[in-house]
Amino acid sequence: MATPTLDKTDKAEAGFADSPFIMATFRIRRFNPEVSDEAQWQDFQIEIDPKERVLDALHKIKWELDGTLTFRRSCAHGICGSDAMRINGKNRLACKTLIKDINPDKPITVEAIKGLTVLKDLVVDMDPFFQAYHDVMPFLITKGNEPTRERLQSPEDRERFDDTTKCILCAACTSSCPVFWNDGQYFGPAAIVNAHRFIFDSRDEAGEQRLEILNDRDGVWRCRTTFNCTDACPRGIEVTKAIQEVKRALITRRF
Amino acid sequence: MQIHKYDTVIVGAGGAGMRAAIESTKRSRTAVLTKLYPTRSHTGAAQGGMAAALANVEEDNWEWHTFDTIKGGDYLVDQDAAEILAKEAIDAVLDLEKMGLPFGRTPEGRIDQRRFGGHTRSHGEAPVRRACYSGDRTGHMILQTLYQNCVKEGVEFFNEFYVLDQLITEVDGVKKSAGVVAYELATGEIHVFQAKSVIYASGGTGKFFKVTSNAHTLTGDGQAACYRRGLPLEDMEFFQFHPTGIWRMGILLTEGARGEGGILRNKDGERFMEKYAPVMKDLASRDVVSRSIYTEIREGRGCGPAGDHVYLDLTHLPPEQLDAKLPDITEFARTYLGIEPYTDPIPIQPTAHYAMGGIPTNVEGEVLADNTTVVPGLYAAGEVACVSVHGANRLGTNSLLDINVFGKRSGIAAAEYATKSDFVELPENPGQLVAEQVERLRNSTGTERVADLRTELQECMDANVMVFRTEQTIKTAVAKIAELRERYLNVSIQDKGKRFNTDLLEAIELGNLLDLAEVMAVSALARKESRGGHYREDYPNRDDVNFMRHTMAYREVAADGAESIRLDYKPVVTTRYQPMERKY
Repeated sequence: MATPTLDKTDKAEAGFADSPFIMATFRIRRFNPEVSDEAQWQDFQIEIDPKERVLDALHKIKWELDGTLTFRRSCAHGICGSDAMRINGKNRLACKTLIKDINPDKPITVEAIKGLTVLKDLVVDMDPFFQAYHDVMPFLITKGNEPTRERLQSPEDRERFDDTTKCILCAACTSSCPVFWNDGQYFGPAAIVNAHRFIFDSRDEAGEQRLEILNDRDGVWRCRTTFNCTDACPRGIEVTKAIQEVKRALITRRF
Repeated sequence: MQIHKYDTVIVGAGGAGMRAAIESTKRSRTAVLTKLYPTRSHTGAAQGGMAAALANVEEDNWEWHTFDTIKGGDYLVDQDAAEILAKEAIDAVLDLEKMGLPFGRTPEGRIDQRRFGGHTRSHGEAPVRRACYSGDRTGHMILQTLYQNCVKEGVEFFNEFYVLDQLITEVDGVKKSAGVVAYELATGEIHVFQAKSVIYASGGTGKFFKVTSNAHTLTGDGQAACYRRGLPLEDMEFFQFHPTGIWRMGILLTEGARGEGGILRNKDGERFMEKYAPVMKDLASRDVVSRSIYTEIREGRGCGPAGDHVYLDLTHLPPEQLDAKLPDITEFARTYLGIEPYTDPIPIQPTAHYAMGGIPTNVEGEVLADNTTVVPGLYAAGEVACVSVHGANRLGTNSLLDINVFGKRSGIAAAEYATKSDFVELPENPGQLVAEQVERLRNSTGTERVADLRTELQECMDANVMVFRTEQTIKTAVAKIAELRERYLNVSIQDKGKRFNTDLLEAIELGNLLDLAEVMAVSALARKESRGGHYREDYPNRDDVNFMRHTMAYREVAADGAESIRLDYKPVVTTRYQPMERKY
């Protein structure tokens, strides 16, 4: 039963075996207020395996060409949420984007995510983003006495909010949202996603309070359903759907 | 230079740091200094589960868990500590559930449990379902839940603050912790934090290997800060190589994949683990599985044109099961390898994963200055620490457990110590060492590049002190590390600025890696036996007569400034389990 699966030529191996390096141009939006008040584009040409990540390319540039290039990163496989950036005009994680998937025949543009203040190169001020997250009370709130053992929750109830538990707070969604670009007061998709995670958790008893917070003028009603957030989410969360569910809960008061 | 005063300072905001912060913030004025935003920590990359003998799905008890932990650690585990770990596991899981962690559930609504390597019923009879999990995102859920509760408790974070020095003041002949020195990434400013208690929870040091599941930021900063101030490091030769990293990249594919029924196969399609571990098969402990994989590869049964990997086969599992239980790792295979795990096996190889060794502590998290003397006011928890609950090899799911049990314990102990103690006077010019280090790197005109030295270090470590070691390979590593340390004095950086100077921080991190790599290699050279994750081909057997003891490595500085490593040993605490031959 096992051997048939092994007869297939392993796709990854086939790829790695004849991995031709290519020349790729990375056009990076640079900004360092210690040097200049103006941001500018800078091109870097590097030889790289197209199956590598954009993060690998940025490292190659930083380590071999220009040590001043500055960006955040940590886990390098799409879990920590450090390296959201705008790559070819779309928000993605640099560590989850392979070069071959973004047409390296043309210059690949890399710039900081939008709507948050750029501090240096690809590094933005994340504090407003985390403040919005804090404002939705992102923690389980329960009443009454604590049970001795775990609270019970059926697999169906657990499944109800599974999608929004995946959020890694990378800000790819919020910084892809045109409403947020124009008005930084808007909570933004990520905060709503994290409110959703608790509103639809059967153990939580503060759904009404959270809904009132999101009923605010800077809350869910600002969403214009452009789906940018859903497209941007590197975790595949249906962000717009979650926002819609919160809107519906506000109308029906059922959640 | 700014000076801050807090009762308790916690270094690091992964699972252990945040679990400690939740306790210490309730009891004392606490600051958490973290080089990453808290939710970026590598706890989030843990996948498969957290062990606790809840017995929700089948008979289990904490005594079996204790035994498995000790046997898994090849009898280098301190047995009193392992018992605490296994006993307190149950409350640790229930605490997290009450904090909101979305565990997977049984049809009855209880926390569901799955099988994991080395966890057995009745002292090795058969695998037991002990790992509490949330899909293959258990670490992510723990990190998020702990952060959520830090928000709830109003924990004060200093984000992107790199702790680079531990301050110690001698009071009446006793070395006491006085605080830490941190570098603020955003501004380049140096901050001194005077604190009654300091807890290190800064994680591991896996980045001295090339193929590793560790984040770029896991550079052993906490271990290095303590070690440079004369404190010992325990059992640094013991490093875990996780059997299933994505081939060449090292990205972790959870052991939960084998817990769900996944099978390792060689190029002939053979389920080779049956030969090496007849009872536990693919769920033998990680050191055993990693050695088995490399034995297959060495004997010519590896896969691919170069025969340098084996397969993790999930193709016989229903797609619905993969989607429900292993969504992230199947996506990793698709994203990074272009492979569909429903139909194709995944190429894997062992990946450097976890440091069993670290800063020695007792079961309250208090750091030891030697085999018995506590450093008042200094604590450590999580991967940075060595309690030792993992001994020579950690069982899967025991690290998420460790950070919760000993994070909580150290948080309570540190805060209680702080409330009944006075501040210790800071040493003169407390920020001097860090200021000099930063200035030296910023002004250096040397010709060596950080990235080159780091690559050479990683390649050397992979080649010489990985799964198989011999006196010759370790000596090669020791010599190479010495050369790299010499060349490190001649590195220069390109970014001379103050603002977000990650170029500078990478140089400092490399210095930490070099120091710790040297400790690891020297400790490994002296341990002339094979035990757990430390396998010496020239000494293939465990030697309980000479080596059932912990290594304690100290940095010595001679009058002329020459540095060396002094090795000492510490007895293993044995309570009720006498060493036996280890079979799976």
